[in-house]
Amino acid sequence: MSSEPDGPRKGSSRNDTTVAAAKSASSSDGARVKPADALFKNLTRSAGLGLLALIAAIAAFLVLEATDALSANTGNFLTTTEWFPNGSPPVFGVAALLFGTLLTAVIAMVIAVPVAVGIALFITVYAPRRLATPLAFVVDLLAAVPSVIFGLWGLIVLVPRMEGVQKFLTDYFGWIPLFATDNGVVGRSIFVASVVLAIMILPIVAALSREVFLQVPTAHREAALALGATRWEMIRTAVLPYGRPGVISASMLGLGRAMGETIAVALVLPASFDISWQVLSPAGNTIAANVANGFAEANDVGRGALIASGLVLFVVTMIVNMIARAIIARRREFSGAAA
Amino acid sequence: MATRIDVSGLTAYYGKFKAVSDIHFSIEPKSVTAFIGPSGCGKSTVLRTLNRMHEVLPAARVEGRVLLDGEDLYGPGVDPVNVRRAVGMVFQRPNPFPTMSIYDNVVAGLRLNGVRKKSLLDERVEESLRGANLWEEVKDRLGRPGAGLSGGQQQRLCIARAIAVEPQVLLMDEPCSALDPISTLAIEDLISKLKSSYTIVIVTHNMQQAARVSDTTAFFTLDRTGDPGRLVEMDRTEKIFSNPTEKRTEEYITGRFG
Repeated sequence: MSSEPDGPRKGSSRNDTTVAAAKSASSSDGARVKPADALFKNLTRSAGLGLLALIAAIAAFLVLEATDALSANTGNFLTTTEWFPNGSPPVFGVAALLFGTLLTAVIAMVIAVPVAVGIALFITVYAPRRLATPLAFVVDLLAAVPSVIFGLWGLIVLVPRMEGVQKFLTDYFGWIPLFATDNGVVGRSIFVASVVLAIMILPIVAALSREVFLQVPTAHREAALALGATRWEMIRTAVLPYGRPGVISASMLGLGRAMGETIAVALVLPASFDISWQVLSPAGNTIAANVANGFAEANDVGRGALIASGLVLFVVTMIVNMIARAIIARRREFSGAAA
Repeated sequence: MATRIDVSGLTAYYGKFKAVSDIHFSIEPKSVTAFIGPSGCGKSTVLRTLNRMHEVLPAARVEGRVLLDGEDLYGPGVDPVNVRRAVGMVFQRPNPFPTMSIYDNVVAGLRLNGVRKKSLLDERVEESLRGANLWEEVKDRLGRPGAGLSGGQQQRLCIARAIAVEPQVLLMDEPCSALDPISTLAIEDLISKLKSSYTIVIVTHNMQQAARVSDTTAFFTLDRTGDPGRLVEMDRTEKIFSNPTEKRTEEYITGRFG
């Protein structure tokens, strides 16, 4: 089976302990396995198992650290909206934080994903090659820039200019409950935080979506064109359906980033602990921002409480990813993987 | 429905590279025309100029005229999208849309044309699949993915998809090159049947296939690598394979080069 006949030889000439380790591995399998194959198999297996162990260790750490604080808590951790873990008796709950986390992340997704998919489609389908190559380069470059840089730009440049946009939204679309405001409009709100988050996740979602759309086989694009599809119809029949699982994955990565983003949100949101759908009102907080704001001056219970909120974020992220995987798996046989 | 094709002064480029030069020929309605010739001679390129698929490739362009019943496909104001709706195409490798069911693959072209009525779509699915000799094999699993069929079935599905929009001409670019002999036979039978309704042009590397399915054969070649391909001769298939006019053609079909 081995297509690399010189692999084992290289391994054996390099050092003897490797060979010994590989030999013992191959004998346990019973079948004749070349030493380098066995070594590689064990390396990949331990990398995989190591990752699982790491996740389990993180979860265990979070649970252990949180237990004391949770037992000292006099409120219900999941339903309470207040956050006074340093008081006596301590009262804190993750409800408002979780609400803010999910709401900002979801709004950020709603803003960022369509734009990102648009950018990716423009680069892969519409732009002439002279323009597409540098654009793709720039998008990849932006995706590699730490998101806090975009966050800072958003704070310094964007936030002061968002007040007008928010006033416009609440004046003309205030009849939609989401855009109503009871407390007037200032720069800081769930909406502004979401816009900053959207800008932060835009490059990574665009870069990944571009990669996905590049994978669409020419044969499928030509099949659509030969049926008399316009470019947009070709995108709808061949490109988007084929890229769908990849775009979902990219979006989930963006969502994970948005939910975990700390500093930018901490700087934008006024850190109030209430649940309000009025995204333009000066209110709101997220789990990650709350950790950043509170960790330095927290006592033991306070730290435990923050770690407990971290555990919630950990679990929610996992649930979101599982849902995404389920969505992708539901239509697996139509994904092109069978072809 | 079937249409006559007249090509004159056709030259096709990929960027600066001239792929074929100054091609002239005519194709009768309701006939099967085979394009044969060695690799790189431009026969696929010429085929793709007949539905304006050539220009889909970056920097590719076409000079000359292709008349479909007297109307120039490359005339000013002609939308390539409309050309492709009238001239269907089947590719070298079966390419059903992997994200679609068998049913959705067949009606993909109709949906692009705005047909939404369920009863009409149902009718055309059966009609097209019967036309492609595939109906009996798939009628009980129309909702299953098209990519789950065998290679030969996939290719017939692609033919069904192409004829569902009732084109005037059907182009086939080496439709059997990825198929086993039995599937190839099924496609060849299908071509003979489709001939009664469509003008068919097929590119093939298989000279026996050209001899079996076509009425007319066009032989393309190129003098040296890097030179543009050219049409050497085009005649009734029996004549090309028994008594060709050009020496080059005879050398090719008797296996002396290519």
